[in-house]
Amino acid sequence: MNIRIENLTKSYGDQKAVDSISFEVKTGEVLGFLGPNGAGKSTTMKMITHYLNIDAGNITIDGRSVRNTDMKKHIGYLPEHNPLYEDMPVIDYLRFVAELQGVDAVKLDDRVKDMVRLCGLNDEKHKKINELSKGYRQRVGLAQAMIHDPEILILDEPTTGLDPNQIVEIRELIRTLGNSKTVILSTHILPEVEATCDRILIINKGKIVADGTAETLRKTASGSQVLRVKIQAPSQDEVKESVSQLAGVALVEKVEGSENRLEIQSHVDQNVNEAIFRLCVDKNWVLTEMVPFETKLEDIFRDLTMN
Amino acid sequence: MKTSNATWIIAKRELSAFFNSLVAYILLISFLGFTGFFTWLSGNGDVFFRKQADLKVFFMIANWTLFFFIPAVTMRLLAEEKRSGTIELLLTKNVSDRQMVLGKYLSAFLMVLIALAFTIPYYLSVSQLGNFDHGATLSGYLGLILLSSAYIGIGLFASSLTNNQIVAFLLALLLGICFQFIFGVLANGSTGWMSELFNTLSLTSHFDSISRGVIDSKDVVYFLSITFLGIFLSEYIISKRK
Repeated sequence: MNIRIENLTKSYGDQKAVDSISFEVKTGEVLGFLGPNGAGKSTTMKMITHYLNIDAGNITIDGRSVRNTDMKKHIGYLPEHNPLYEDMPVIDYLRFVAELQGVDAVKLDDRVKDMVRLCGLNDEKHKKINELSKGYRQRVGLAQAMIHDPEILILDEPTTGLDPNQIVEIRELIRTLGNSKTVILSTHILPEVEATCDRILIINKGKIVADGTAETLRKTASGSQVLRVKIQAPSQDEVKESVSQLAGVALVEKVEGSENRLEIQSHVDQNVNEAIFRLCVDKNWVLTEMVPFETKLEDIFRDLTMN
Repeated sequence: MKTSNATWIIAKRELSAFFNSLVAYILLISFLGFTGFFTWLSGNGDVFFRKQADLKVFFMIANWTLFFFIPAVTMRLLAEEKRSGTIELLLTKNVSDRQMVLGKYLSAFLMVLIALAFTIPYYLSVSQLGNFDHGATLSGYLGLILLSSAYIGIGLFASSLTNNQIVAFLLALLLGICFQFIFGVLANGSTGWMSELFNTLSLTSHFDSISRGVIDSKDVVYFLSITFLGIFLSEYIISKRK
């Protein structure tokens, strides 16, 4: 199902938590929702799941507004901090949620079993939730979100508290789910977005500041290419000078703490790889390393959200 | 059909949460202990002392025991849900605010019915002792059920206002005292329409007449009004999060 968000606005008192944001998510897409704390990620998610009312604008799912409360049944939601009924055993809790979500009584046991297997809860299923470690609690949270096989999954920081192995598992799970469902997830962990999401949406102070794939974000963030090269030559100063005179090179800098390495920034839309190679051949230098240096997502994130 | 379903599922979970913790057992034992002691054993004023085969003492004591018992049952219903954040979990499921509040009410109501059901042996044994007025006793039970329903309404409302169970408990007691005592005192202390108003609001007079066996529609409406008002206000408070 496609989610379309139009001019969505939500205020707490004078403060606008979400300020007229618009975007769309399609079936088979995993959207990563990024932003500093308090940027409005959770608020947006709470409005999609109808926990909060919409002040202005609209959210529609396949053309129907989420103001119709019956749209909730299409959504699986994992809230931030993953609240759970601590005193219930895992399996009873999952049965309770399945009943609430209107899972057919005939299919209910199978569905609960599937979720226990899918989220790796088999050894813990009879334990009370307050006896579980944080990672297992998170799995219970995911299991309850998916129990009625919803077409839309809204996951607010799904991998917090998981160990690296579990993170990989959950990411894979989200990726697989993302093929057939519509997924929106929020996170602080930037590599996670790259690993799981088809598209990234960065919001800051209630507004969207970037929208696109990790690649397009990189391109727009820095139009120029950065190369790291290592050249073995008798004189490094000569190398630096010759390289800076090449056409298309904007800036050459020594990489601190590493011998013979240079960082070369080209002019926008110019490729200098070949010129550097020819230079080395002409001068009979040995080119031992040439790495295109990617702008880190962290840097893009900081650029966009710190001002 | 769907509506009642979610309400019932929530009530069921809540009731099993009572019985999975010690709460239900402590409350049941203290309720039966108090009412049992004063009905049968206390000496001064019990059934044997009064030499009358009726449950008047029981109804009076039950009124007061429920006064403490019910806030202890209702205090966690919404407050704990708000404190732990599970309210977000519930309300983003296929459940409306009203269904949730009704489910919570129903769970407390069933809890009280269970407690009252344990006192049926009192009824059965006293009725063997002499000339027994079955009508008045059934009316007394009806009074207790209506009274409990009103207390639950008050307790639920108190629980919706805070995310601290102790605050909810004390607030419910405070509101309860208003209905039990203060309105009565104010009614005596004032004149004219003020006196009448406070007299109408006072819970004691309504309960007394029912427990004596007089079922007046005014009294029934009174208890049901408090119940509905409590449920309605709780729903309103919960919906204000939005």
